[in-house]
Amino acid sequence: MAMALCNKLRPLVQNLPKISWNQRKLLISPTVPARAAAAVRCISIDPAAGLTEEQKSFQSVALNFAKQEMAPYMRQWDEEEIFPVDILRKAGSLGFGGIVVGEDVGGSGLTRLDSSVIFEALSQGCVSTTAYMSIHNMCCWMVDEFGNSNQRHAVLPALCSMEKLASYCLTEPGSGSDAGSLSTTARRDGDHYILNGSKAFISGGGDTDVYVMMVRTGEPGPRGISCVMVEKGSPGLSFGKKEKKMGWNSQPTRMVIMEDCRIPVSNRLSEEGMGFQIAMKGLNGGRLSIASCSLGAAQASIEAARDHLKVRKQFGKTLEKFQYLQFRLAEMASELVASRLMVRNAARALQDGSPDAVPLCAMAKLITTQRCSWICNEALQMFGGYGYLKDYPVQQYLRDIRVHEILEGTSEVMRLLISRDLLQE
Amino acid sequence: MSLRVLVGVKRVIDYAVKVRVRPDKMGVVTDGVKHSMNPFDEIAVEEAVRLKEKKIAKEIVAVSCGPAKCQETLRTALAMGVDRGIHVDIPDADFEKVQPYHISKLLAKLAQEEGIDLLILGKQAIDDDCNQTGQMTAAHLDWAQGTFASEITVDDGRLKVLREVDGGLETIKVKMPAVVTADLRLNEPRYATLPNIMKAKKKPIAKKTAADLGVDLAPRIEILSVNDPPVREAGQKVESVEDLVTKLKDAGVI
Repeated sequence: MAMALCNKLRPLVQNLPKISWNQRKLLISPTVPARAAAAVRCISIDPAAGLTEEQKSFQSVALNFAKQEMAPYMRQWDEEEIFPVDILRKAGSLGFGGIVVGEDVGGSGLTRLDSSVIFEALSQGCVSTTAYMSIHNMCCWMVDEFGNSNQRHAVLPALCSMEKLASYCLTEPGSGSDAGSLSTTARRDGDHYILNGSKAFISGGGDTDVYVMMVRTGEPGPRGISCVMVEKGSPGLSFGKKEKKMGWNSQPTRMVIMEDCRIPVSNRLSEEGMGFQIAMKGLNGGRLSIASCSLGAAQASIEAARDHLKVRKQFGKTLEKFQYLQFRLAEMASELVASRLMVRNAARALQDGSPDAVPLCAMAKLITTQRCSWICNEALQMFGGYGYLKDYPVQQYLRDIRVHEILEGTSEVMRLLISRDLLQE
Repeated sequence: MSLRVLVGVKRVIDYAVKVRVRPDKMGVVTDGVKHSMNPFDEIAVEEAVRLKEKKIAKEIVAVSCGPAKCQETLRTALAMGVDRGIHVDIPDADFEKVQPYHISKLLAKLAQEEGIDLLILGKQAIDDDCNQTGQMTAAHLDWAQGTFASEITVDDGRLKVLREVDGGLETIKVKMPAVVTADLRLNEPRYATLPNIMKAKKKPIAKKTAADLGVDLAPRIEILSVNDPPVREAGQKVESVEDLVTKLKDAGVI
């Protein structure tokens, strides 16, 4: 698009801009002609396949945004652990903050499939930042779906524009997969709840404004859980140290600690006891988004590997001439397309409210996150020693998507959900 | 002011694609290749939209000439803020042979039909690099032209255009109606927002043909062949300045 062209031409007129991965690659392997780090001809893995004209427009905006605003910085954000709030705000101004949220409160009013397409495209620019956006979107949807009119209008406009950011708080040090056993309590005190407990591994924790939190208001087990919104600055709310992670470094992860934290009862979404359901319903969409982020990483990795095979020579010929690598690339492409179809199929099911939506979303996350990790790993192998260097992006894609097999429901929990559907009477 | 603005947008092969020559050596491969709006046209659209936001322009119309796929390009322009589109339908086979000469006639006719005050085009298309359409259209219409614009301001009912020319920067004042062609530094085009893409669906795209506009598309130029540029040969390293001079003399360069 014009901006990328301007960026390419500007060095001729002004000072050299910050060097991006593409430019560095041109310096390291000078045999690569100037425009080779380019768009792919591979039609089979084209993510635009099967989309409507409108969806292709969304994808196109997201891809351009990813390539221009995110990809040049993804390495720096990872190495320096920068949370790119300005880029998030920019994304919010384009409508990426509340993709499936109602238009009356500033959302874009689009479908789950549109959302998957958008996150898959953005993810090519930076998985970690896009994954955070998807978590933010999940929280917005929960407020949109379960909040009353006052709550929706009070909270969503600022969240949809990403002027304010949200975090999803379910996991605790003592309850991960066994989410129903969470122990953060919320004791009623007049017009307030007093919260006590802590939440672990909270994405955005400490830097975000609205915490959508699952707390225990009643009996043990899932039925005693309610969902509340806790605002940053609430008395008794504090945060742990920023965790050091293998990937997802462009978003801060901290423990969220409530010590007699006081919040108004009017911050509760829906009725007491509805919290677990709200959390699980939010996760259905979240799982699709996380899977979509894996797809984007795999797409970018396959394209990078493909370009490398055409350029790198050993034993007197380019790597693309070796059948082993040709076949391996074909397998990677096939796994990618299969995964993408599962995600998009599950997106349609979720949008339609069809009864198989939950197991389908679980299947999509289970298969896609694992297969895309495999794809990125194979792509890294194809780069040989170079793949291991931080100068090349495949290692970051690999590190970033590893956690997708764990959070928002481990692959094991996905199997639980699927087998439950298969075996229930 | 309430100018009526017409913007030309061309669907071209995306700037990032590695272009390949067709086996018949009569053109380049376009099938299955990513296309997008000509980057200079994006800049032109952005300028028109900014004029509307400043309340200098009243209505913006985008026009694209070519096969049905041009409608994608028009939708992108609509998503950026253009009010309505016109698609001059030219089938693929004819479109290959169409030149700036024909496009300028089409644009001139449309400008007259639509009562346009300001025609903004990209300075050139990145596929043919002709840099002729704006100038030819101005000639057909007998309008003033401000080409290679890197800044446009309205001054006293006239247009002040800052032009990037070989000698540096030139400022001219043009009376409207006029043609302006957009250069790289005129502005930074906006991203279409998701809500605007949705709104663009409802904006109208009118369809016309060259015959409707009374323009004959018979080619005036015949393409003989299209070839790859010669493969870059390895250079030679020399040990001293004397060596270099000798080699240059041998090559007949000095």
